[in-house]
Amino acid sequence: MPATMTASPADERTGESEIELAGARLVLDPAGALWWPAERALIVADLHLEKGSAFAARGVPLPPYDSRATLALLERLVARWAPRTLIALGDSFHDRGGAGRLGDEERASLAALARGREMVWIAGNHDPEPMPGLAGLHAGELKLGPLTLRHEPAALAEDGEVAGHFHPVARLVLRGRSLRRRCFATDGARLVLPALGAYAGGLNIRDAALAGLFGGAFDAHLVGAARTYRIAHHACLPDR
Amino acid sequence: MPDIDAAPDDLLPEPFRRWFAGRGWAPRAHQLELLAQARAGRSTLLIAPTGAGKTLAGFLPSLVELAGRPVPRNSARPPGLHTLYISPLKALAVDVARNLERPAQEMGLAVRIETRTGDTPASRRQRQRRDPPDILLTTPEQIALLLASDDAEPLFADLKRIVLDELHALAGSKRGDLLSLGLARLRAIAPMAQTVGLSATVADPDTLRRWLVPQRGNGEMGELVIADPGAAPDLSMLDSAAHVPWAGHTARHSLKEIYGLIERHTTTLVFVNTRMQAELLFQELWHINDANFPIALHHGSLDVSQRRRVEAAMGEGRLKAVVCTSSLDLGIDWGAVDLVVNVGAPKGSSRLMQRIGRANHRLDEPSRAVLVPANRFEVLECRAALEAVRAGAQDSAVVRSGALDVLAQHVLGMACATPFDADELFAEVTSAEPYADLLRADFDDVVGFNANGGYALRAYERFARIRRMKDGRWRVANPQVAQQYRLNVGTIVESTMLKVRLASAKSRFGGRVLGEVEEYFVETMSPGDTFVFAGEVLEYLTIVENEVRVARTSAKEPRVPSYAGGKFPLSTFLAARVRALLSEPARWASLPGQVRDWLELQKLRSRLPGREDLLVETFPRGGRYHLVAYPFEGRLAHQTLGMLLTRRLDRAGLHPLGFMANDYALVIYGVSDMSLAIAQGRLSLDALFDADMLGDDLEEWLAESALMKRTFRQCAVIAGLIERRFPGKEKNSRQVTMSTDLVYDVLRRHEPGHVLLRAARADAATGLLDIRRLSDMLTRIRGRIDHLALSRVSPLAVPVMLEIGREMVAGGASDALLAEAEDELIREAMRAGDDDSEPGR
Repeated sequence: MPATMTASPADERTGESEIELAGARLVLDPAGALWWPAERALIVADLHLEKGSAFAARGVPLPPYDSRATLALLERLVARWAPRTLIALGDSFHDRGGAGRLGDEERASLAALARGREMVWIAGNHDPEPMPGLAGLHAGELKLGPLTLRHEPAALAEDGEVAGHFHPVARLVLRGRSLRRRCFATDGARLVLPALGAYAGGLNIRDAALAGLFGGAFDAHLVGAARTYRIAHHACLPDR
Repeated sequence: MPDIDAAPDDLLPEPFRRWFAGRGWAPRAHQLELLAQARAGRSTLLIAPTGAGKTLAGFLPSLVELAGRPVPRNSARPPGLHTLYISPLKALAVDVARNLERPAQEMGLAVRIETRTGDTPASRRQRQRRDPPDILLTTPEQIALLLASDDAEPLFADLKRIVLDELHALAGSKRGDLLSLGLARLRAIAPMAQTVGLSATVADPDTLRRWLVPQRGNGEMGELVIADPGAAPDLSMLDSAAHVPWAGHTARHSLKEIYGLIERHTTTLVFVNTRMQAELLFQELWHINDANFPIALHHGSLDVSQRRRVEAAMGEGRLKAVVCTSSLDLGIDWGAVDLVVNVGAPKGSSRLMQRIGRANHRLDEPSRAVLVPANRFEVLECRAALEAVRAGAQDSAVVRSGALDVLAQHVLGMACATPFDADELFAEVTSAEPYADLLRADFDDVVGFNANGGYALRAYERFARIRRMKDGRWRVANPQVAQQYRLNVGTIVESTMLKVRLASAKSRFGGRVLGEVEEYFVETMSPGDTFVFAGEVLEYLTIVENEVRVARTSAKEPRVPSYAGGKFPLSTFLAARVRALLSEPARWASLPGQVRDWLELQKLRSRLPGREDLLVETFPRGGRYHLVAYPFEGRLAHQTLGMLLTRRLDRAGLHPLGFMANDYALVIYGVSDMSLAIAQGRLSLDALFDADMLGDDLEEWLAESALMKRTFRQCAVIAGLIERRFPGKEKNSRQVTMSTDLVYDVLRRHEPGHVLLRAARADAATGLLDIRRLSDMLTRIRGRIDHLALSRVSPLAVPVMLEIGREMVAGGASDALLAEAEDELIREAMRAGDDDSEPGR
């Protein structure tokens, strides 16, 4: 059963929601990022930078603007929260060669993001090694206060785990209309962040791989224009 | 026109005359005329009704030429392909081949006739390239594949004749675009080849005539031969004794009468507009089928083998009736059909004529058809269609130019065949009718797209699919590109289909497959919902991979979610006729009494929509305020209009809650008194309906529109930006999926002028969003809005009011819905607590 958990619009002006995880007070930004006020840390997951060019190399020339779009979103988030630490929870690049394919503009944007703050790149399955020429620290995982930050959720549930990897999305049917949105997924003990990358895509939270992370009931916090919306997992539908 | 009595000796060689005489036939005038045109070396369009020997007319010149061909010496190179026949339907190609074999054999002609479709074994396809038959019958997709190979030139070099069957059904579609480009290449390879187009009656034959010859900027046209149209159809509207419903599409009120018609005829084709209607009507007919007549069902979602069984039974005359959709609009002729029933409004007069032509293929007897309107507006539409058919008036074709996504596919195909020079290919492409006005800049963008995606940000030079050689020609970068092209060829992008499988009693697996449904239909269902499919009421259990698992259920009344009404929107031509009929009470005498009374009441309580005006009514009802407009421009254009008007009303602070559209009218409802706002000058209808809504408002809405995203996906697949089996459509569990929607979002924001977005917008203008029609309407009604503030709902508004609540909420309201769902669940949770404390409940 979910532990003590509150989700209320913390601030009507900006409209983000607050949750508590292993005693840490966390804010769910409706853009799909996590803000930890006590640490002044902004946490994002699964940027999948240069996924477009990875496809292009295989003969599928997707528009080459995905890194630019993802970084622009990250810049807005940084401008909004002014974090002391910026943490990317892995799969920051779509493949090992990703950083090498970055354009000049994107490279400059990454450098500017790292300036004046601590930047931590956590290893993901797509980018297990540090990227050459990238500012910031590289870490397998990170323990910070009561929280453990890693890419892929551990097989054994652990209180205070914050992870990415699964790109959770939730689907609802409302008045005959199907709605599929990125979401945070949490049971009050662990939290899975939505993917931030423009081409990241998503996995339905009802999928066994994702639902299996949580012993029982959990909630989806769907991202919205101005706030997140909390819906119990059993009220969400599988895909199609 | 050739002299028929004198001509045969000259035009028709001896074995042919003997063959005609032996069957007691005489060659028809149009058949001889086509022979004469062929002899003169001219490409020709033949317009003829079904049953007029159209196909034979198309092939006679080929057979005559082949019969007179000198016997080749052993040493000589075997002759190449002589005649190419292209049909929109695989089944039709196979059927025509069979029908052609017979006369060829009976006349003892040494002619090799073969088909080539997706079903043809690879070994035979290989052999056909090496050693082609005299006559090859095939489809547009196969032509594209043949032309994209490096042996296209030797294969088609000797081509003498090209026969395009059912040309009216192909022209004006993306499939037609692809075919037109293939034709242009065929003419480049075999400049002497003549083209024959076979078509049903169309409003504008000149477009089709231009298809047949290369366009050089002067609207060059092929010759035209029009066959005797035969007896006029015997067409009537069912004047039901029962109450005609205000809304709905099931025509349940006329069920007994439809059954009576089936009973009194040998074989009846019952056409409806959507698969769902077909399902419902089929089921209802069997409920009252006391005589146990063999009545079958045929529509595009049913399993192919099941469809083939129905078609075979039909061919053998074993069926009394078939309930079908446009799946049977085209196809093989069945002699035994003596009645066509069209349930629901015909939506366009051309489609109706096509359907009527499916009955009675003997020219000297009239085809018999009965129209069954399902609601009151459809009575008006049926009446208008009836008059149009009697006057022989056709819908005019929508003006459109060849699609850029199809051109992109073709250009890649041409690079696969042999390196191309851009100037030469541009000249070739613009010789095709749909691309005659293509701008060089658009062509260059399409070439650029194939090279490296065509993005302003030149990031993909090293991943190019086609590259420029030193001599300036373009070639494919590597063999994998050609492989990719072959997998992607064609313009039919099916929405993802899911198999419907009956879960067996023992396990939830392993039952029978009943057919397929579109993914979007399933998306609107929750487990436990019931729906009608394959003639049964089924309960939706779950989804496993690409299958919907269902169970039979005893429920009588299925919940039919996402009911889209008529699939085809009302044609502009028919809409104008309906408006004219409405505005002239003197012509109402031909309408059923109850419909006449309804219109009289409207005249009394409100006003009748004028021929050129836009009638707008505002009134309160049930604690809400309504605005009803009657543009008569079809459901798609109305939906787009509804989306845009709600946005504007919202901005004006009038809090619209939602809207509903049908083919004739549109209602917007909300909590603010719109009559009052108009009276106080806070709301101007002229400003509300101003055509400038097609600027920023439209752009803003398109950004979010699911229809636009679907349109983009189709363009992206056809152009080869993404593969048909792009990840996101093949959902394995544990796999993170990505959809084209993400690609659309990124491209729209960073390069709104990209050639694929232009292609998608061009589609939106005529396709699912029907923007061009909306734009024409807004221009037409400028300064001609006829507004009435009423105290209550008007008679004419009732049908569209009855559709409120079925679906559709104000655009951009997804967040509001989410908030509502959240509240709902909170309330539910609270209620559950209460219940626990009251054990008595």
